[in-house]
Amino acid sequence: MSQTAPTTAAEEFASRVTPMQRVQHVLHRYPWVSPLVVLAILIIVFAFLGLVMDVGALDNFAKPGTISLMLQQTVIIGTLAIAQTIVILTAGIDLSIGAIMVFSQMVMANLAVYTTASNVLPIAGQNPILAVILGIIVGTLAGGVNGFLIVRFNLPPFIVTLGTLSIFTALTLILFKARTIQGKEYPEFLGIMGKDFQPFGGFSVTVGLIVMIALYIIFAYILRGTAWGTHVYAVGDDPVASELSGINVKRVLFSVYLVAGFIIGIAAWITIGRLGSASPNVAPEINLETITAVVIGGTSLFGGRGRLIGTFIGTLIIIVLDFGLSLAGLDQAYRVLAIGILVIAAVAVDQWIRKVRA
Amino acid sequence: MTTTTDIQPIVQGKALNKSFGRVIGLNECDFELYPGEVLAVVGDNGAGKSTLIKCLSGALVPDSGEMFINGEQVSFKTTHDARSKGVETVYQTLAVAPALDISENLYLGREVRKKGILGKLFRSLDKKHMRETSTKSLSELGVLTVQSITQPVETLSGGQRQAVAVSRAGTFGSKVVILDEPTAALGVNESARVLKLIKDLRDRGMSIILISHNMPQVFDVADRIHIQRLGRRAAVVTPEARTMNDVVAIMTGALTIPVEDQQLAPVR
Repeated sequence: MSQTAPTTAAEEFASRVTPMQRVQHVLHRYPWVSPLVVLAILIIVFAFLGLVMDVGALDNFAKPGTISLMLQQTVIIGTLAIAQTIVILTAGIDLSIGAIMVFSQMVMANLAVYTTASNVLPIAGQNPILAVILGIIVGTLAGGVNGFLIVRFNLPPFIVTLGTLSIFTALTLILFKARTIQGKEYPEFLGIMGKDFQPFGGFSVTVGLIVMIALYIIFAYILRGTAWGTHVYAVGDDPVASELSGINVKRVLFSVYLVAGFIIGIAAWITIGRLGSASPNVAPEINLETITAVVIGGTSLFGGRGRLIGTFIGTLIIIVLDFGLSLAGLDQAYRVLAIGILVIAAVAVDQWIRKVRA
Repeated sequence: MTTTTDIQPIVQGKALNKSFGRVIGLNECDFELYPGEVLAVVGDNGAGKSTLIKCLSGALVPDSGEMFINGEQVSFKTTHDARSKGVETVYQTLAVAPALDISENLYLGREVRKKGILGKLFRSLDKKHMRETSTKSLSELGVLTVQSITQPVETLSGGQRQAVAVSRAGTFGSKVVILDEPTAALGVNESARVLKLIKDLRDRGMSIILISHNMPQVFDVADRIHIQRLGRRAAVVTPEARTMNDVVAIMTGALTIPVEDQQLAPVR
């Protein structure tokens, strides 16, 4: 409106923008700004409480060791949340993320486990590289099962993934007998994602963290820089318009769940490295945490809006809250409380910015 | 007033039939659109306007009958088939993705990749090229009143969105543009702008099928008016030769015009 010179008082009145509308426009364009503000406030408050007010053990909050530990802690939720973001961008949801991750992780571990360990399955003793590749393939195929059911039978993603959540959880227990495989029972390559090194004093980085950040960069590029990415946004935004524009909506949806499965497979490998073992009982609430990270990160549950960078910030918010509150000596329940408030606030902000008009 | 022309119709339908169970949508319906004209299609509700247009745009497959594009027989199974023959449709629901920007919407489904290894191997989109050509084609059509080509479509007014949708249909070397009630949701000024856009497209050699209920608008832009009644073509007239009342009378069956008084091909 700035180029057109207002001719009448009425027009001038109409083109006046209130500060609130300006905020709305910025958030509409950059939905990850609000989570970034929340994250900055959290970090400043925790650092202030620790360094100046000396609350609990928060004086450790701003130390390199804590910071690197927080970053390492993001790898499981953070990687899975990439898959969840792509699915949610198509206005879908994946409740089976955790179940597929555990299943694919148990495939890797049961293939790679030494035959000398007790209670191994007949498939044990494979080359660990082969085991990882097969595990990632299994994850990809599991995602493909979700995609096939959603696309072929027109079933809602919520129901399909709720079903596969149970199915893959059960398959894990039936096929792999609920046995946890310890770190010393498999070759080092399987746990390589947990290997850490110190680029500079007191600050340590794991291979898994680097892989996760690489995945963020790669998928941020794919989503914003390629036709497939544009189609993912378009399909989530308006599937009818996309179809009429010549996009094969079903093929895009199927590929999205396939890609999500692939990312989940890599997340399974990262999880083995992070936890130092492969257990069928890891992270039972991981599904909800990935959705939380995506939603707090400013991606709309209604599809078509959001950025991967927001999801990364959302993941950091969850982890920073986790560390900050426990260092402050507060009960775990306060973290859950804070996350709950943030999720509702994030969706409310999303509803507000979607009402933006010229 | 019978005129025989040597010009071939760019879109032709012969004896098209389409029924939905016991409901007859099209009954031996004929249709001709000639190059460089605006043909309005009018008719009462249930006269088979939408069915006819959907057959021509590939959204429906007729039960029987023949269709020709530039004299070449075609059978559209999908809207892709129609588009590949140069027939673009602007739907009443607009078919734009609101959260994507103008340039992304113009190129939706036919994105352009960068040249060289970036495009081939990394499938990188040439956003700069797409934005530049979008700006060019929008300003050629005189609809670039928007601030920025990277503005999300949902921040545009109804008329601007319609302009984006019409421009998209007219941008990609298409020969025929079908517009389904393009002004139905627009105000007076915005309607006028869209009508001007339709005339501009015609002046650039495009052939346009305009479905509308709005008689004054039809009489403003149409070269010929195809009147649909009971699933078939009741008459084709020109706005010069007939009044709005005549057209409405033909629509409702109160008036029938002998073939020799119709305008089955444009006057040159």
